[in-house]
Amino acid sequence: MKKTISPSRPGTTRRTLLKGLAAIPAAMLLATSAYASDVNSTGLAVTDDTVTVGILHSATGTMAISETGSIQAEKLAIEQINASGGVLGRQIKYIQEDGASDWPTFAEKAKKLLVKDKVAAIMGCWTSASRKAVLPVMEQYNGMLFYPTFYEGLEQSPNVIYTGQEATQQILKGIDWAKKTKGAKKFFLLGSDYIWPRTSNKIARKHIEKLGLKVVGEEYYPLGHTQFNSVINKIKLKRPDVIFTTVVGGSNVAFYKQLNAAGIDLTKEKPLVLTLSVTEDEILGIGGENVEGLYASMKYFQSLPNDNNQAFVKAFKKRWGDDIVIGDVTQAAYLGPWLWKAAVEKAGSFDIDKIRKTLPGIELTTAPEGYVKVHPNHHLWSKSRIGHAKKDGQFDVVYESKELIEPNPFPKGYQ
Amino acid sequence: MFADYTWAELGSIFAMQGFSGLILFSVLLLMALGLAIIFGQMGVINMAHGEFMILGAYITYLTSNLFSTYIPELFGAYFFIAIIFAFIGTFLLGALVEWSLIRHLYKRPLDTLLATWGLSLILQQLYRTVFGPREVGVTLPDWMMGSFQVSEMIEVPVNGMIVMVITLFITVGVFLFLQKSRKGKQSRAVVQNRAMAGAVGIDTARVDRFTFALGCGIAGIAGATFTMIGSTGPTSGQLYIVDTFLVVVFGGAASLLGTIASAFSISQAQSIMEFFLSGSMAKVLTLLTVIVILMLRPQGLFSLKVRR
Repeated sequence: MKKTISPSRPGTTRRTLLKGLAAIPAAMLLATSAYASDVNSTGLAVTDDTVTVGILHSATGTMAISETGSIQAEKLAIEQINASGGVLGRQIKYIQEDGASDWPTFAEKAKKLLVKDKVAAIMGCWTSASRKAVLPVMEQYNGMLFYPTFYEGLEQSPNVIYTGQEATQQILKGIDWAKKTKGAKKFFLLGSDYIWPRTSNKIARKHIEKLGLKVVGEEYYPLGHTQFNSVINKIKLKRPDVIFTTVVGGSNVAFYKQLNAAGIDLTKEKPLVLTLSVTEDEILGIGGENVEGLYASMKYFQSLPNDNNQAFVKAFKKRWGDDIVIGDVTQAAYLGPWLWKAAVEKAGSFDIDKIRKTLPGIELTTAPEGYVKVHPNHHLWSKSRIGHAKKDGQFDVVYESKELIEPNPFPKGYQ
Repeated sequence: MFADYTWAELGSIFAMQGFSGLILFSVLLLMALGLAIIFGQMGVINMAHGEFMILGAYITYLTSNLFSTYIPELFGAYFFIAIIFAFIGTFLLGALVEWSLIRHLYKRPLDTLLATWGLSLILQQLYRTVFGPREVGVTLPDWMMGSFQVSEMIEVPVNGMIVMVITLFITVGVFLFLQKSRKGKQSRAVVQNRAMAGAVGIDTARVDRFTFALGCGIAGIAGATFTMIGSTGPTSGQLYIVDTFLVVVFGGAASLLGTIASAFSISQAQSIMEFFLSGSMAKVLTLLTVIVILMLRPQGLFSLKVRR
């Protein structure tokens, strides 16, 4: 709007003068003032000492179970950044909105954050459905979303940074590991019935067949399904070496309890159960005794021994309580504010178009998962890891890929 | 599909599949019993039925924590005490809800749908505030997990057996209560003809409150039982509500026998189709069959012939 006011109008000179006067005390306080006025003129909610970002997750409704950890991680990261001097000398303020587990609400709140609050970035969304709902808003109003969840891939937006793994990063190494270390030959694919499990299993099936191994069954159950006895019988009949599962949410509790009750002891690994969807968070609800011996393929486990992670876990517990656990997505959510800060500082500006240029190649050596780097396709280079669940609900990391795995959201030959 | 297997293997798999159908039958029946009383007998569409179940589950969770902290030596037996607590807790909440909300709506049965739906939202948020948005893990005594080994291939899950026994017990109890006991007869009398029941000296308001609370109490028992097989979270009740109404409506309201028959046929159909088709497809076909049968027979499988 400011741009459309013509300089010949008398009010303008007065306004400019006033603005100039207002800048004087700031100029005396801040050595970087000339530079500051440039930073502030992006049309975003940036002042001389604050910058506002948005946090957009479900704090109520069915997804609150999963998204609470992400909210906590993002707040912790913002507080830590503020304590270490903020971004470009500005303290980060956040406006938290509740998506309420309802996808249209997510879109509406994203629009409110971008248009009314003019936030410089949004940390948010969890399910793919909520991201898909928010995506057109982000693109229309040119925002920047940091999205933490591992997801099915097949997407790449100039307005989203995906800090979780896309499907190939999570799946391929896991299957390679099962083949090489455990001698697995037959796989049974089981998932909840929606896009993420179906895409993941499609990729898994292609890869399994490419390795010359066999898929002996593929099954989907509606979200929230609680009776798995029939499929467990079917699994017994097919005798796979690996049950590869992408069951999500409350169904998990039912699935593992019933697996256990049907005499399939996970610790005996006959068959071995490899999951993409059970993190430390989910185990709280399932109960450690029900998943002891389970293998999970993801990029982060709370038990990672590196120094970054030790410090992160300590800070997280100090902030949110000792009995809290940290899952894969929580860690990915923690990366969002830090990646944004690094990109902003490299660009010297909060401007979305400028940070879009600086984001690819941004590295984080302080990430709890180790080293991460933003790929030009807006996903992260990250390692693949396999964790082995213990009775106390934590994982032992039994495998870690040597190299960082390149994100490949549009895998050729897997679609 | 079966070419690679011996007859013995196939035999054991089918035996186990039959058994899993029976477990599903017990689960469906147990969740529908409470609603069969409230919806079937009183005509109240209780959308908060799932939340009453989850209250039972949370009471079980609290009881398990209580036992493991204070009297760990009795932990193996806590579950049965938890069931009693769950019944008492949900019974009392049911009575309170009837007194404060439902009794004003008996003449407007459709409004009970909205009112109880609102109640379910309130309860969900309450659980979320008190217990947190995450699911809680209910620890079970070791003897309740695992399975009996019947033969090399056949394994019978212990928790499935327990669900079956509890269901049998409650069903027989409810049946005897409604048919034989004084209170049960009164409640049936009130349902069939409120004015006449009042005229012969039955305190209809009290009977209503008792009947509603009883239905809620049985929901609480169901919730406590399902901690063995399912999840316990603020919104877990929503997982059960559709199946519950399906069983009650399909069976024919106001008929306990109908509820049993309906739970049996739905569970067997579901379980057999799940084995031969995929899980989602089985669900779709089950629902379609139920819809077609209800179109042909709107009163449900069994119906009570009453002059209105």
